[in-house]
Amino acid sequence: MREANTLILRTAALILVPMQLLFSVFLLLRGHDEPGGGFIAGLVASGAVVLFLFSYGVSATRELLRVDPRDFLGVGLLIGLVSILPSLMLGQPAMTAQWWEIPLPGGGYYKFSTPLIFDVGVYLTVIGSILTMVVGLSESEEPDV
Amino acid sequence: MLLAVLSGFILALFAPLICRVAGDRCGWVFALLPATLFVWFAGLLPEVMANGAQVVRYPWFPAMEINLDFLIDGLSLMFALLISGIGTFILIYAGGYLKGHPYLGRFYVVMLSFMASMLGLVLSDNLVTLFVFWELTSITSYLLIGFEHEDVKARASALQGLFVTVAGGLALMAGLIMLGTVAGSYSLSGVLASDADLIGHEWAVPMLLCILAGAFTKSAQVPFHFWLPNAMAAPTPVSAFLHSATMVKAGVYLLARLNPALGEAELWTLLLSLFGGLTMFTGAFMAITHTGAKKVLAYSTIMALGTLVMLIGIGTHYALVAFATFLVAHSLYKGALFMIAGILDHETGTKDVAEMGGLAPLMPVTAVAAAVAALSLAGLPPLLGFVGKELMFEAVLEAPAWRMLLPVLAFGAGIGVMVAAGIIAIKPFYGKRLETPKHPHEAPVSMLAGPVVLAGLSLLFGVALFIPEQTLVAPVVASLGGTAEKVHLALWHGINMPLILSLGCLVVAGVILRFWSRLQPQLDVLREGLGRFGPEAGYFRIMEWLTRIATWQTRVLQNGTMGNYMITLALTTVGITGFTLITQYGVPLRLPVPDSGFAAGIALLMIVSAFFATGTVSRLGSVAAMSIVGFAVALIFILFSAPDLGITQILVETLTVILLVLVLFRLPGFTRMSSPLERWRDIIVAVLVGSLMTVLILAATEVQFFEPISAEHVARSVPDGHGRNIVNVILVDFRALDTLGEIFVLALAAVGVYSMIRLKAEDQTA
Repeated sequence: MREANTLILRTAALILVPMQLLFSVFLLLRGHDEPGGGFIAGLVASGAVVLFLFSYGVSATRELLRVDPRDFLGVGLLIGLVSILPSLMLGQPAMTAQWWEIPLPGGGYYKFSTPLIFDVGVYLTVIGSILTMVVGLSESEEPDV
Repeated sequence: MLLAVLSGFILALFAPLICRVAGDRCGWVFALLPATLFVWFAGLLPEVMANGAQVVRYPWFPAMEINLDFLIDGLSLMFALLISGIGTFILIYAGGYLKGHPYLGRFYVVMLSFMASMLGLVLSDNLVTLFVFWELTSITSYLLIGFEHEDVKARASALQGLFVTVAGGLALMAGLIMLGTVAGSYSLSGVLASDADLIGHEWAVPMLLCILAGAFTKSAQVPFHFWLPNAMAAPTPVSAFLHSATMVKAGVYLLARLNPALGEAELWTLLLSLFGGLTMFTGAFMAITHTGAKKVLAYSTIMALGTLVMLIGIGTHYALVAFATFLVAHSLYKGALFMIAGILDHETGTKDVAEMGGLAPLMPVTAVAAAVAALSLAGLPPLLGFVGKELMFEAVLEAPAWRMLLPVLAFGAGIGVMVAAGIIAIKPFYGKRLETPKHPHEAPVSMLAGPVVLAGLSLLFGVALFIPEQTLVAPVVASLGGTAEKVHLALWHGINMPLILSLGCLVVAGVILRFWSRLQPQLDVLREGLGRFGPEAGYFRIMEWLTRIATWQTRVLQNGTMGNYMITLALTTVGITGFTLITQYGVPLRLPVPDSGFAAGIALLMIVSAFFATGTVSRLGSVAAMSIVGFAVALIFILFSAPDLGITQILVETLTVILLVLVLFRLPGFTRMSSPLERWRDIIVAVLVGSLMTVLILAATEVQFFEPISAEHVARSVPDGHGRNIVNVILVDFRALDTLGEIFVLALAAVGVYSMIRLKAEDQTA
């Protein structure tokens, strides 16, 4: 599809896209306790990329992503599967959640866990699915790409 | 044990790499694995002979009784020895036969995977894992028959083999489940030791038929035999290994394995000896009507498989001894002969023995190996094949069923294989030297090693009968339910009925062989005539009908009009769900009143925008109106304090609008394509669906069969899931397996959409 040639959208996108991506990571990490999680975060992140796509076009988006959207799918599924391994290695039923507390400077600690790894997999798969469709559809608009 | 079975799969992973590093010598490298396994399995023999069967257990899915348990007894060990022993030579041979082939790495990947699956099949003690390995051999066989995938015939043959064996595999699965249920155990050792009445059970007949269907298709019994000769489209090492020495014997193995448990059933004895006998005769007869070296061998393999099945069916002591001896003898000589057929093909450039002659001076080693192996095939002394055949005659003469029929079939089969042996070992090597497409010379060492060793063993075992008797035959007979102490093999039994039958065969075969070349045209006509009415014609008719029905139902159901799809789906749902609802529950009449003005307002907004969406003539307007409905749903989620759902709904709605807009650009202008009548029809369908959903939701809120699970989730979220966001805890912890499935579906959908877009784009550019 042709990019929207408006200065306002383009300028806004430059600020919004990184913010939105950052926000998606925030949603992903806090998801276990507050509204958020891999699925929602993935949707937010894809929304950010789609905003960029609308303002700067497909080829610029591909450059931004550096990898093919389909690679997100594969990596996401792989991470989802890898999150099963720790429980298997400990001889527990597959997908038993494992929790590790990582101390943070200043006395607090961060709850790191296999559900979080799994959530990252969900996050990447969602991004991969939506971007594969959107980028695919946009590219079919301009046969020269 | 686990490592021994799975090592083939592991090595398969590295096969392409090894091929690249080792180059032409990679066959020798790969052969190290089966050679090691052979030595290891042989090392287990004394233990098994002394202490009987052993089971090694590795829990896999213990809760579902699916375990990687391995049963090691005479029968499984002999198969394991055959697989690894012959496998060693096959892998070496393939290195020479497929030298420089661009897909050599791929070939070894599948070949090694097959070998591992086959070992798993014969060693598995669990019915479910046995079935898994069984199917794996079917799939690897498919890949290997279709190895020359640019050849249409190879692809068709591969598919045919797959269809027949997998159809049988499905029946087998049903049979094994019935067996496991009736016997009360899903382990073979459990089934064999079970005191449940397997034969008297009401499921006995369907269970037997299903298991037999699986075994008969796999082991190419009449009338499913036709796929095996076609499978000869595979490279020769594959034919020698899969379609002669190992895979096709999987059915025979299973029958032999279950014989102690089911052998008493009358149906078992009747069917096995009848179909085995018929297969034996058909195979031997068809063998002599062909001139392609591999076809002749393929049909003689069918003959051997039939013989083995028949011997299990007869089930007497002699039959079991004959079974074990014949099995060893056949694997040795048939492996050798197939490799020799490959050498001939490789060196002369033709597969047709009618075009070969006088090759013995050029290829002396091959000629000698061929002669020895063929003598064993023909069943002449002093080779192991002779002992096997004499025992087979002996068993047939005292068979408990079909006493008139079986000796006749056996006599005919005996003649057939002798002629077949002559075709392979005499015709190409002696007589007038014929010009062949390629100038032949002696094959390389890698290709000669197999035939020479296997033919040598046929001779050695025949002369020194105590070796196979004690190491192979006696343990097998013991695990088949016979008495090992009574096993005694001998070349000379005095002048008795079997010997007279053998002499008769030899005389008739000699006459046929003398005139074989002249009989060829008549045999061709006969073969074609039979082909028109044979079971293979039936296979093609079934496939044709399958395609026809598929075409018909695609035309009716998948007619390509979106509107029709929607109506079909909607009406089906309304019909089935509505029927169930009304008959099982009745129509709920209590209409809830919205408890806040806010909810009523949202509902009104949704209704208005839904009507606008159907009425507008602008596509964009319609999309926008639909998205209002979506956002209103999000509002409702938030109203009922489900923030996660609300956020998700908003995000999904946004992205849906974006996707729709992207697609809208590609659509033609908005035109009214439907007639007023059709629109009325659509309205009725829409109203029906809407009413059904309303009623359904009303009913769902009224009925509460069980305590909702959400309370449990809320209670366990923080202590067990370490999270306060219940939705997310459910998604990534409590029901993580579901989510894993869902993201796979999501990815699959994305790939589907992507390929559809790509396909369309290529259509346009093409």
